[in-house]
Parts: sequence; structure tokens; C-alpha cells
Amino acid sequence: MADKIRGPKGSGAAPALSTVSTLRWAWRQLTSMRTALFLLLLLALAAVPGSIVPQRSVDPRAVAAYFERHPDLAPVLDKLGAFHVYTSVWFSAIYLLLMASLVGCIIPRVGVYARALRARPPKAPRNLSRLPASTSYETTADVEKVLADAAKSLGMARKDTVTETDDSGTVVAGEVRAERGYLRELGNLVFHISLVVVLVGVASMSLLGYRGNAIVAEGGGYSNTLTQFDEFTAGGLFDTDDLPPFSMTLDDFDARFELDGPQRGAPRSFVARGTVTDKPGDEPRPYELKVNHPLRVDGASVYLVGQGYAPVVRVTDGDGRVVFEDAVPFLPADATYTSNGVVKVPDARPTQLGFQGFFLPTAVATGEEEIPGSAHPAAANPLLGLFAYYGDLGLDDGEAQSVYVLDKDELTQFMGDDGKPLRLMLTPGESVSLPDGKGSIEFVELRQFARFQFSAQPGVMVPLWGVSVGAIGLVLSLMIRPRRTWVRARRREDGTTVVEVAALDRVPRSDVEQSVDDLAGRLKDRTGHTGSGYDTASEPASSPVAVATEDVHTKAAASEDEA
Amino acid sequence: MTLEDYANFSNYAIASATAVLALAWLASVAQWAFGSKAVRAKNTIPVAEPALVGAGASWTSGASADTGDSDGALAEERSDLSGRISLSLTILALGILLAGVVTRGLAAERVPWGNMYEFAMTGISVVLVGYLVMVFWMKIDWLAPLVLGFSVVMLGLSMTVYVPAGPLVPALDSYWLVIHVAAAIIAGAGFLIGAGASILYLVKSRAEAAPGGPKGYLSRLPRAAAMDQLAYRVTAFSFPVWTFAALISGPIWAEHAWGRPWGWDPKEVWAFITWVAYAGYLHARATAGWKGRAAAILALVAFTTFLFSFVGVNLFFPGLHSYAK
Repeated sequence: MADKIRGPKGSGAAPALSTVSTLRWAWRQLTSMRTALFLLLLLALAAVPGSIVPQRSVDPRAVAAYFERHPDLAPVLDKLGAFHVYTSVWFSAIYLLLMASLVGCIIPRVGVYARALRARPPKAPRNLSRLPASTSYETTADVEKVLADAAKSLGMARKDTVTETDDSGTVVAGEVRAERGYLRELGNLVFHISLVVVLVGVASMSLLGYRGNAIVAEGGGYSNTLTQFDEFTAGGLFDTDDLPPFSMTLDDFDARFELDGPQRGAPRSFVARGTVTDKPGDEPRPYELKVNHPLRVDGASVYLVGQGYAPVVRVTDGDGRVVFEDAVPFLPADATYTSNGVVKVPDARPTQLGFQGFFLPTAVATGEEEIPGSAHPAAANPLLGLFAYYGDLGLDDGEAQSVYVLDKDELTQFMGDDGKPLRLMLTPGESVSLPDGKGSIEFVELRQFARFQFSAQPGVMVPLWGVSVGAIGLVLSLMIRPRRTWVRARRREDGTTVVEVAALDRVPRSDVEQSVDDLAGRLKDRTGHTGSGYDTASEPASSPVAVATEDVHTKAAASEDEA
Repeated sequence: MTLEDYANFSNYAIASATAVLALAWLASVAQWAFGSKAVRAKNTIPVAEPALVGAGASWTSGASADTGDSDGALAEERSDLSGRISLSLTILALGILLAGVVTRGLAAERVPWGNMYEFAMTGISVVLVGYLVMVFWMKIDWLAPLVLGFSVVMLGLSMTVYVPAGPLVPALDSYWLVIHVAAAIIAGAGFLIGAGASILYLVKSRAEAAPGGPKGYLSRLPRAAAMDQLAYRVTAFSFPVWTFAALISGPIWAEHAWGRPWGWDPKEVWAFITWVAYAGYLHARATAGWKGRAAAILALVAFTTFLFSFVGVNLFFPGLHSYAK
């Protein structure tokens, strides 16, 4: 935005002593162009740390890992808000100040613009030949005709024709004043106002919205209540009672990977199929959910954000009872879907049982006695590898436990005959017994799981529309170049008419001379001309129409800044 | 042709285009060097225009002025020839590059901007198309050494992140890829040309301020003010396009793919930083005390953040946008 309207520059005098003028001084400083520019650059700088240090809102696990790697540094950074940069006090302070500066800039400019819209094009400077582009010619046509033709030739613009008559009522002199490019400032204002709208929209979105994550295995289901989420975050104004009461099932998950070629193993398509019930009592409807194609239900959206394998495990305890039979999600750790997981069997007797290990979709042996690795993410040769434990799972002491971590404090590991930890290797359908008659475990079948994200972002369209309308305003403000054009005609004693054409750009551009020549050319075609150019600079301008126009010239020249 | 044939053809075409473009760059440097020589030779003729003789130039006798003159004419001729060769080679390189980009798309059966390697080749094609259009339209061939040099380096470096042609990962498989990435490419091409103009503006304005005015080939380039204006105009074109890429189509796609329009993923952070930096540049051009050199330096800082969000974020930061390989 042009600083001339934004009040005094930073170099202004020291503040006066009274409170009112100090406040006024502070406000002017805040809304000055320099301050806005400084805040913009500060905002860019302040955004940098959030891309270097992991952010809680993006990846909480990465933050936890950072704490482990840098035990001394991390707490200090945490105090500074480095793990939540974009909601930190200092980041918020910068953008709120920027918004205040912006509002303080917009409001007066709206007034200025409203006045400019009502104002008429300014008088021509006295000496048109002093303008950056001007030309002149002589014609036998009379002044009135020249001015009428000039108004036509000027095309789309705000135009005023001012004439001056002699004693007999004949028009002896006059000028056409034209101004165009009013949309530039309109676009500028629209763009800056839309930025405020975007910020308000983003704030309301994050206050009223929520986001949750849940893993659902094939054959399983999900209903949208708080207890079903693995992770859940909500805005300050969101009431968890407002979660829309839909439910869904996952009947089938289809994952395709590149089978050969240079990109072997690269994921190609993930599709989750099942049924969704919008609210209790409704008829379930089938859905097909893919990456990039969210499922919209009433009041929420469901996204497919991850997938993996969930081997179905059946555990029989020492008493011969089946105490566990479920699909257990193993979380993929790399691109070949080498996955890690835990099976907890609290109902096993005489002691509780726990298993921890890995799952390989395409197991390949890497050598004798070595743990095999996975060669491909598709399940060509599934293998479940587990260490087994017995004892107390630690579930009864009331503390919440992650389902992906085995608390081994009260557990004893099963040992093999060779004295090393017992390693169970299971393929689908395979079953092994645990030592000492403590039971058996079977890898019943392989299923897949999908990780869904459930979220609602009320008002998400507000910032979208804001930024879209703002972009249109931005284009207007950058592309439209305001121009003032004057055509002055004056009858001379010998009966010929001197026509002068001149233009002044508020944003200097290189084509102004060309367009003045073009305009003069079009005008000549209409009015006819005597052939010779006319040197206006050599003759003192005497038109009474152009009184005190030096002033106009100076003003116009001073406003060449781009907004 | 089979998909593999297309892929092979594309690889050869990209490599050839890089080589031809490198020659075009050399020719543009030669144009500059010979041009400098021609200017120096002219300035050593005492009668020509003493006012143009720089403080460092030595006066020579009339006898050597003749040789200076013929030397100058020769250098002049060579400079012109080099310029024409550079332009022809640039057009040739662009033709080969476009063939490489198109066959890459045919080989992968999708738009050729699904990873870093493809982004670079398509991006440089757009840069060259824009550059050539502006050469014919606005006579900006004075930017050749910078634009061509940067393009050669970019194409060369892109081979270090080469991936064989293939289909996309599911997260990228969306028509928003066409819209979002194409907008980013177009904006980036404009930013690049603007940055080139800003660099030469800084050089030229320093030379204009120096006693004796610009020397050598610099004296033949457009006025610093014209360079500044070119930088502004291409940036003013690119900035709304970047706004569309980073702040409109990006969030829409992110909402579809990841369930949130904006999540401060490293790429989003740096796209935002680039946007803010260019907004700063546009404001700086209208701020007293920032106009001119400071604004141009800010434009270069902004371009650096753009480059970083393309190269640095892809390679160094784990995130949702890590599509380098």
C-alpha cells in the first residue's frame, strides 16, 4: 500500500507528552507502511523455526523423539513455545499486530477511496508539455468539435469537459479531463480486507473444529464417540457432545503396490470399502473411501490417512480356554511395511500373557539365525515374529496404557531350550504352544487395517472464499494502472485550433508516450489536422481554464508510488 | 513406442537439452565478454566521446585508436554473433527439453510434474518459454547469462534426484496435482526471471552511481530503472499465481488429501514464508527508504526462500510434501 496515505514515517518527531498524542503517535507508527513491512518480514522470520523443530500439532511423536535426543535443549525450547510455534505468544503477537496495522491502514483508505470515487478528474496542469508524455497538433476544426471527438476517443474513463466562451458565446478554449484505473485501489482494499476475513475464518475453524484418529481393522467397525479415537484434538469452543452420531464398518481394504520395475514396492492405490450409517436408525449406505476422496457424512468428514496389517491372533491359555481372538494392528515402520505390534492377553490363566514383535508382509530370510526382513509391502509371504512374556501386564494399576507398548516391569520372558529368548515365528494358520503348558498362540488369518481421520472444520469455506476474492482484488491492484489524460483545445487568432494531448500515470509505465501518440493519432483522424506539430512549450500558456494547475502537477507527480 | 522407449527417449532428451543449454549459456557469456571489449575499444578513441571514458581508462594516441576501432568492430561483430548463437541454441534446447518433458509424461502416463526431477524439467521448460517470449516481446536477452546459467545448473542438479518414470503414489493421484503444481511452476518461473532482473538491477544501479557511470557491456544494458520495472512486472504477475498455488489450490487439495486445509507442514511453512517475503517486496517498492536497492535485495531473499521450499524442504525436512524420490 502506498505509504503516503499511511501517515507519517518512522522518522517522525519524538512523541508529545500528553497521553492522547502519545497514543496517536503510537497508532500512526503502528499503521505506517514501515511498521507493516517490518512486521511482514518478522512474520516470515518467525515462521522459520516451526519448519526446523518438530511441531506438536503436526507430529507429536517427533516432538517426543526430539525430547529424547536433546534432553537439555528441549525443555528450554518448549518454554519458548518452539514446539507450537504457530500458536505461540510471540507468533500470535506478530500477526495480531500486523492485523491491527492492516485495519488501521484500511479504514482511512476506504474513506479516501470513497471520496476519490465521488471526485471529478483533476484540472490539466498549465503546461502540458512538462508532463512525461505529451504531444500537440493544429487543426481547422473548431474547439467544440475537437473536445467532443476527444471525449469519444478517450473511451472508457471518467471524463469532464470544461469549456470557456468569449463575449459572443463561441467556445474558444476548453479541455477534456479523463481519469481511469479506479479499480486498482478497489482491488487493493478488497485484498487487504479479505486477509482479515481469512484470519477470522481460520480462527473460528480452529476454535470450533475437531480432529480425531482411529484404526479400524477389516471386519471391524467404528462409531463416532470420544472413546473410539486413538488421538483427538478439538478447538476450545468445541463440545464433545456435539460429535455427529454416525458409525461405519470396514468390510474390505484393498492396497496395491508396484510389483516390479524400478518403483517396486511404491504404493499405488488404497481403497477402503464398507457401510456408513449417518445417524442411529438410518439405513446403512455403502461407501468407498480413497486417499484424496474423503467421505462426507453429516457434520464431519472421514479421510483415509494410513493403513497396515492386522494379523488375527487367537490365544489359548493354560486352562485350554480361548481367551483372546482379535485382529491386532501392527504399525508399519518403513516403506516395506515392516510393522511392530503388541498382543496383550489379560484374561489368560494361570498368568497373564503378553506378546511383542513384528509383522513382515513379504518375509525373506537374510541368513541363518538372523531375523528376516520384509522385501515388499504387499502380503506375499506374511510372517509374524513374536517374543512371549508371562506375568502381570500392569493393566490393573489404573494408569492408562498404550495398546502398542508392553509394560515389561512385571513380566517374565519365555526362554527357549537354548537359553535364549523364545522366538515364535508364525505364518497364517500356524499355531505354537508356549512352554510349561502356559497355553498356545495361533496366527489365524491376515487382515488389513485402515487409519481414518475424522474431522469437522466449521467455516472452512470462509477463509477459502476470503482468499479467493482477495486474489481477484490482488490481481486488480497489481495489473490495473491508473492514468490521467488531458486534451486541451484552444482557438488561435488565425482561426486554427491548437490541440494538446498529455497523460500522467500514477504508476510510471513505459508505454505512456506511445498511448499519447495513439490517442493523438485517433483524434487527428476525427478532427483533421494542418500537418504541422505545434510547439506549445515556446508559447506562454494563457488559457484561463488552467488556473493554478502547477499544484495539480506537483501532487500528481508525487503520487507515482505503486500502491 | 513402448512406455520404456518413451522413458529412455526422455532421459536422452533431457541430458541433450542440458548440454545444448550449457552451450547457449557459454555463447551468452561470450556475447557479454566481446561486448565489453567492443565498448572498451570504442572508449579508447579520444575523439569519440571523452565524457564516456571512465576514470580507469587510459588515453591512447591517435595511431592506436585505429587499431582500437577495428578491434572494436571485430569484437562488436563477435558479440552480435555470439548473441545470435546463444538465442538459436536456447530455442533448440527448449525444443529438445519440451520433447523430453512430453515423452516423460507419456512414459509415466500422467502430467510430468509428480516428483522433484520432473518439477525441475517442467519448471525450466516454462522458464525458457517465458524467457523467449519476453526476449521477442520485450528484448530481455540481457538476462541470458543469468537465466540460462541458472537453468543449466537446475537441470544438472535435478539429475541427482532422478527417479524412473512411473505412476504416482496415491496421495498425489489427484487432478489437483495438475492445477496446484502447474501454478507453482508458473509462479516460480516468473520469480526466477524477476530475480535475474533484480540481480542485474543491483549491479547496474551500483555502476550508474559510480563515478564515470557504467563501464563495459553494462553500459549497453537497459537503464537500472527499466530492470527494476521488469523485475516488478514479472513478480507482480507471479505473486497472484503463487497466491493461488500456495494459499488457494494447496489448501483445497490438502483438505481433500489430509483432512485439513493448512497444517504447517514444512512445505506449507516455506510456501507461506515465500508469500510473505514477496508481499514484503511489493510493499517495499512503495516505501520510502526501501525503494530501489533494498527492495531488490528483498526480492532476492524472497526468491531464495522459494528455492529453499523447492530444494531444501524436499531434501532435508521430513514431511507430507517429501516427494523428492
